[in-house]
Amino acid sequence: MATFLGINLFGLSGQLLVGLINGSFYALLSLGLAIIFGLLRIINFAQGAIYMLGAFFAWMALQYFGINYWAALILVPLAVGIIGVLMERFLLRPIANEDHLYSLLLTFGLALILQGIFTQTYGSSGLSYAIPESLKGGTRLPFMYLPNYRAWIIVASLTVCISTWWAIEKTKLGAYLRAGTENPQMMQAFGINVPLIVTITFGFGVALAGFAGVIAAPVYAVSPEMGSNILIVVFAIVVIGGMGSIGGAIITGLGMGVVEGLTKYFYPEASTTIIFLVMVVVLLVKPAGLFGKEA
Amino acid sequence: MKINKLYLALFIFALIAPAALYPVFLMKVLCFALFACAFNLLLGFVGLLSFGHAAFLGTGGYVTGYLMMHTGVTPEIGIICGTICAGLLGAFYGKLAVKREGIYFAMVTLALSQLAFFFYLQAPFTGGEDGMQGVPRGHLFGIIDLADNMSMYYFVLAIFIFGFWMIHRTIHSPFGQVLKAIRENEPRAISLGYNVNDYKWVAFIISSALAGLAGSTKTLVFQLASLTDVHWHMSGEVVLMTLLGGMGTIFGPLLGAGAVVAIQNYLSGGEMGNYVSIIMGVIFVVCVLAFRNGIVGEINKVIKRNFGS
Amino acid sequence: MNAMTKTLMSVAMSAALVSTGAQAALSDDKVKIGVLADMGGVYADICGKGCVAAVEMAVEDFGGTVLGKKIEIVSADDQNKPDVGSAKAREWVESQQVDVVTGLVSSAVTGAVTKVLTDAKKLALISTSASNAFTTKSCSPYNAHWTYNVAALANGTVKPMVQAGKKKWFFITADYAFGHALEKVATGVIKSNGGEVVGNVRAPLGTTDFSSYVLQAQSSGADVVALANAGSDFVNSLKTAAEFGLTEMVDVAGLLVFTANAKALDPAIASGMKLTTGFYWDMDDQTRAWTKRFRQRHDKIPAMGQAGAYSMTMHYLNAVKATGTDDSETVMKYMKEHKPNDFFARNATLRNDGRMVHDMYLVRIKNASERKGEDDIFAIEKTIPGDQAFAPMLSQCDFK
Repeated sequence: MATFLGINLFGLSGQLLVGLINGSFYALLSLGLAIIFGLLRIINFAQGAIYMLGAFFAWMALQYFGINYWAALILVPLAVGIIGVLMERFLLRPIANEDHLYSLLLTFGLALILQGIFTQTYGSSGLSYAIPESLKGGTRLPFMYLPNYRAWIIVASLTVCISTWWAIEKTKLGAYLRAGTENPQMMQAFGINVPLIVTITFGFGVALAGFAGVIAAPVYAVSPEMGSNILIVVFAIVVIGGMGSIGGAIITGLGMGVVEGLTKYFYPEASTTIIFLVMVVVLLVKPAGLFGKEA
Repeated sequence: MKINKLYLALFIFALIAPAALYPVFLMKVLCFALFACAFNLLLGFVGLLSFGHAAFLGTGGYVTGYLMMHTGVTPEIGIICGTICAGLLGAFYGKLAVKREGIYFAMVTLALSQLAFFFYLQAPFTGGEDGMQGVPRGHLFGIIDLADNMSMYYFVLAIFIFGFWMIHRTIHSPFGQVLKAIRENEPRAISLGYNVNDYKWVAFIISSALAGLAGSTKTLVFQLASLTDVHWHMSGEVVLMTLLGGMGTIFGPLLGAGAVVAIQNYLSGGEMGNYVSIIMGVIFVVCVLAFRNGIVGEINKVIKRNFGS
Repeated sequence: MNAMTKTLMSVAMSAALVSTGAQAALSDDKVKIGVLADMGGVYADICGKGCVAAVEMAVEDFGGTVLGKKIEIVSADDQNKPDVGSAKAREWVESQQVDVVTGLVSSAVTGAVTKVLTDAKKLALISTSASNAFTTKSCSPYNAHWTYNVAALANGTVKPMVQAGKKKWFFITADYAFGHALEKVATGVIKSNGGEVVGNVRAPLGTTDFSSYVLQAQSSGADVVALANAGSDFVNSLKTAAEFGLTEMVDVAGLLVFTANAKALDPAIASGMKLTTGFYWDMDDQTRAWTKRFRQRHDKIPAMGQAGAYSMTMHYLNAVKATGTDDSETVMKYMKEHKPNDFFARNATLRNDGRMVHDMYLVRIKNASERKGEDDIFAIEKTIPGDQAFAPMLSQCDFK
């Protein structure tokens, strides 16, 4: 076994890779949160529950309608996105002019309801979703055995993250979107339908969580609690990255996955705490977050 | 004058309630009512939504539990130490958090409380997932045996009244007036020369210490301190209690805590057990969409409309 | 007519006599059994509503009444949380006249609940918890622990493996009372048979992703990776172990596996694994007959704790009937002096420390071609006599 300065390199690289895989989920989820926050100034507490919903939808699609993984990868985010659109239109818009804390509380309530419904219906012991046939098996790397599906997780989520970033930062549609955040009245005056943009953006941010849910279904237990466990970590990541910063959310998400992996190797007891420790340090040094520009 | 009569009626009710209702249930209500009142001091009177108050509830509980189990101190000392520790933690967390506002404040407090959660999860003295089991209630002042539910109840009632009185005093003091000024118009308060962050910080410390007092007392009542008390769901629950009862009102959190605890207790036994979380969620949504003033707030509005000047 | 009235009178009088007699003996004029279990969480399948059904079945088989009084059953969900469970148990005994609490799954909850019950001098009939603490370091004259415990699992599963030459062990342990107890007892068995423990990780209850734990196990160089967890934690950790190729490299031993969990696993992953259980539905005609009746109420094959819950409820009710009282000490004394004997309790005795010692079984998970139906899961390899499975009684726990 290869060692360097007393460090088991195989073990370490394995943990780093697993960290990167977890980081992909963090990136997807925090990206969705950052988009929603950037445009609507809403902290979407239901993002974790939506992620759970995505995983359950994938499971239900296969179980009840025979829809396979690849179709679910497209259909589930769409369905979840539509739910998001309805949520924004009928629940969040009526309170859009109130204090933003109310929208946080509203989404918290929605998260409780969703989680409760699924616990009631499916219990919380978790359901299993088989890995699609074409992604079964794995590759033997020098330091570990990498299951193909885990590699796919990294590829798929990075692709989605980077194209989303590109769409928002580099395209005309993205420019409207950003302008709509900066100065809605002006955009309205130019004849752009700002409320529509807001609704669609919210739907898209939520759909990202649904997509993450489908990706997670084959490897994590599909359980009602899967969302609430990961949500708080993702919140911390968004705070570290700088709330509303899209690139920041992606980079911090992946980075924190790796940091967590490192901690798991060197000091496993602290692996759950490390992200929150990093957050406290960042807040002390740079209160707006690593990539944040808010005053 | 009317308010005084209301206080008197409530006090008499509290004195005779254990004859009709299960004392442990009443004690639970009182502990959570104190917790919600402490939380409301921040949300209702300074306008700061802390999403991490469970950290203080849990700290009070664990410290008191540890002292009662391992040092043999009397309960009142245990409770005072728990309260102080929660206050100290509040001083540290508050210092970091009050620099931020609104949603950012909520997020920072949430993340800080998670730090506390993982500390208590891993620290050897807390028993981790098992919780701190079999905490003795002890003898109050070394004399009164609190193992008896009735003596325990009146002790808890006394603690609650003390905490409630503290909050009442704080709100109606000049300090409290400044807090309200900050809530209403922060830039104006700054221009008047107040060091706003210091005021917020002190309010945060008082609130966290009283939350710790509630946690300490709760540990004695149930003879158990557990991770439930430090979990972020608990932070959400106290928001719910306050919101439902009416934030920024004196009696709101009391009523909200009573309602939430009663719902949980009533449902958890029967077939409806799994619906608790759904019902809590629905209450949240309905409160936010339809009556943001809470029960007491709405009642006040009705009274004002019909009888007000 | 006259004779008729006379007979009626005498019947009425004797009934009155019986009932006054019973009134004196039964507190609150009834026997009330509380069933406390995880109803919707990670352990719902191994006790939960099935335990409630088993207790109901026992009460019904008993006739629904004891000493002429109704037997009532209440149940509650402890959510695997010690605070929820102990508060419920406290409320039951303090304000709802519950005489005895059964079910009891998560060892963390059971630890908190037994403390409350002992303070209140009420009996805890533990069906599904695994920790051995309730009859050792936290033993109490009010505890009766049925079905199995960690010592039986370690002696049954771990010992033969170490003796067969699997010397280096790594543990993936559920991070609370049960996991800690299981790891500790198993470590003792490994060491006393000449093996060693090369590492361990503690995973929280309900962990969603076991991959980093599995990687740690992989790089430890162990011969055997022991899963000291249960329920869906076991299922998820084993699945991840298979995904990362761990099951092909080393032996993976599930120390506590319930039929429902084994059923949920792909036979390709789980088959051949040997484990210890306190009961298997398809053992003989007696167990099959009971299972058939059980499935009429709760359409799943019974978990060992559910069969245990029936057996202990029956034994308790028999004791109440025989002693004519529901006084905890008297009933417990009777339960310890008289051997339980039914489809579940074979060669059984309830020791003075509250440990119910009975035959345990070493079983193997069948592979796909062996299985004749979806519930055909275990093949029984051998019967382990109770005194070999369970650890001897500690002198400080010898409650007469």
